[in-house]
Amino acid sequence: MREAVLRAENLCKRFGGLAAVNGVSLELHIGQVHALIGPNGAGKSTLTNLLSGDLPPTSGGIHYLDADQVGHDLAGMHPDRNSRFGIGRSYQKTNVFLPFSVFENCRLAAQSRQPRAWRIFRSADHYADVNVMAERALAAVGLAGRRDLLAAALSHGEQRQLEIAMCLATQPRVLLLDEPLAGMGQQESQTIIALIRRLAPDHAILLIEHDMDAVFAVAQRLTVMVNGEVIASGEPAEVRANPLVQQAYLGDEHGGRHG
Amino acid sequence: MRLTTTSLVLLLALLMLAVFPFVGEKYYVQLISKVMIMAIFAMSLDLLVGYTGLVNLGHAAFFGLAGYVLAKVSPQYEAANLWTTLPLALAVCAAFALLTGLLVLRTSGVYFIMVTLAFAQMLFFLFHDTPFGGGSDGIYIYAKPEIKLDWLGMTGNPINLENFKVFYEFALVLMAAVYLFLRRVLDSNFGRVLIGIKTNEQRMRALGFPTFHYKLASYMLSGTLAGLAGYLAAMQFGFVSPEILGWHHSGSVLVMVILGGMGSLHGAALGAFVFILLQEALSNQAWFGPAAKHWQLAMGLCIIAVALLLPRGLVGLAGVFSRKTRNDEDA
Repeated sequence: MREAVLRAENLCKRFGGLAAVNGVSLELHIGQVHALIGPNGAGKSTLTNLLSGDLPPTSGGIHYLDADQVGHDLAGMHPDRNSRFGIGRSYQKTNVFLPFSVFENCRLAAQSRQPRAWRIFRSADHYADVNVMAERALAAVGLAGRRDLLAAALSHGEQRQLEIAMCLATQPRVLLLDEPLAGMGQQESQTIIALIRRLAPDHAILLIEHDMDAVFAVAQRLTVMVNGEVIASGEPAEVRANPLVQQAYLGDEHGGRHG
Repeated sequence: MRLTTTSLVLLLALLMLAVFPFVGEKYYVQLISKVMIMAIFAMSLDLLVGYTGLVNLGHAAFFGLAGYVLAKVSPQYEAANLWTTLPLALAVCAAFALLTGLLVLRTSGVYFIMVTLAFAQMLFFLFHDTPFGGGSDGIYIYAKPEIKLDWLGMTGNPINLENFKVFYEFALVLMAAVYLFLRRVLDSNFGRVLIGIKTNEQRMRALGFPTFHYKLASYMLSGTLAGLAGYLAAMQFGFVSPEILGWHHSGSVLVMVILGGMGSLHGAALGAFVFILLQEALSNQAWFGPAAKHWQLAMGLCIIAVALLLPRGLVGLAGVFSRKTRNDEDA
């Protein structure tokens, strides 16, 4: 297998006395969906925030291999820098621009790839390439028909779709998806699962998800976190059979969905 | 510009303002000149408060700084050259904005308010307490700067700003220019990023925007335009004193923006008109007799009423009459 595009090494994040993430190592590869599961409070979202740069790690390293195979140390980098490197994320709590139109949300996201910030007299609506990127992202998540609505007018599930579309519009190589299916209806979930499958061949995807059916449907690799630590990692079937995992997590949830 | 209802109303207002000097008394022509200069000041602040989400309580620092630059470089009894002194005043304001912006923009929320206030007060005391700054008495500017047009074959002083009507039209043109300029800027990629930062800065960073640079650029642009207003005001009154740098002045312009409607350029301009004309009316002894002495009390009540009844400012009034204001005003 090719070298990992994003590699976390012994990452730690402490909030006061609490070790939210404790010595986690993880690799993301292009062409692979890596699912991360664990009970609430296991540190999954904190780990995402470390990888995206929203939070600086207390210790440990984050290494990124860009499209030209040049390595970068991302620990302590700012989120905007990471985003421009090609690491896109979606938020667990919907984090879209509610007063803007659905299209403007995506257009703004796409604009970030073409920073012509200093052409201050040209209307932002007149960049055809940016508009195309935004339209594509909306179509990919199934929101093309909603483009002119205000984001605030969307249903909760649709806002979740928009959240992912915005991430896509930044043309990332690495996608950090924090519970993308939470709050979505059956049909929307199917759209997003199909989308993740379609993206998988040329993206590296970290998928945090409580929906076990979805996880086992798309993931090639599965990591289980409990209390800030990785207790198992490997092929999904192999991890599912791990007695530690059964006891700590799947045991009491087996066959059902976790809230 | 799209021809919306708002644009038509603004065009009409502009025409009425343009003909006013030909019918109005000198006192009122000069008063409206002052109002239009304050409208530029208010619009510059709205760029920060209403569009970038940065509440600056030291905005008068730029206004006063530009005035002081004009006062310091003006020859004792002759007119200065506008083509050199105006760019110089604006450049000093931009430089001051860059210098202070690098520090204040590292803070946010209430700390941002405090630090901007602190910088403005430092500048206030620099001019108030040093011989260089002219002290609390201020500095006189005996002649208004001239707009030389020698290269067009017009010698002498073809646009005589000493004439109050000419000065009025000059201020009007600049106010309209600043409005159109900011409107274009806000519709550009740059402007969209500012509005995004105001709405949700964290998300903007996650999308890859280096928000600090954008905020710094907005801060500098805002400070420079405030400098334009300060330069014009110093020119109009022929006098600068430390008060124009003070926190009271910063507070007034903030109230204008809030009164008119944050996040609306014409709202900010309208706020300047209403604020100053209201102040003028409420302190008119012929109208209010002895109560005129306590005009600030009545002013306070007016501001409270607007804050309570019109959370979007006076431009929110339009929404009471028509349903489709939102798109127009956010332009």
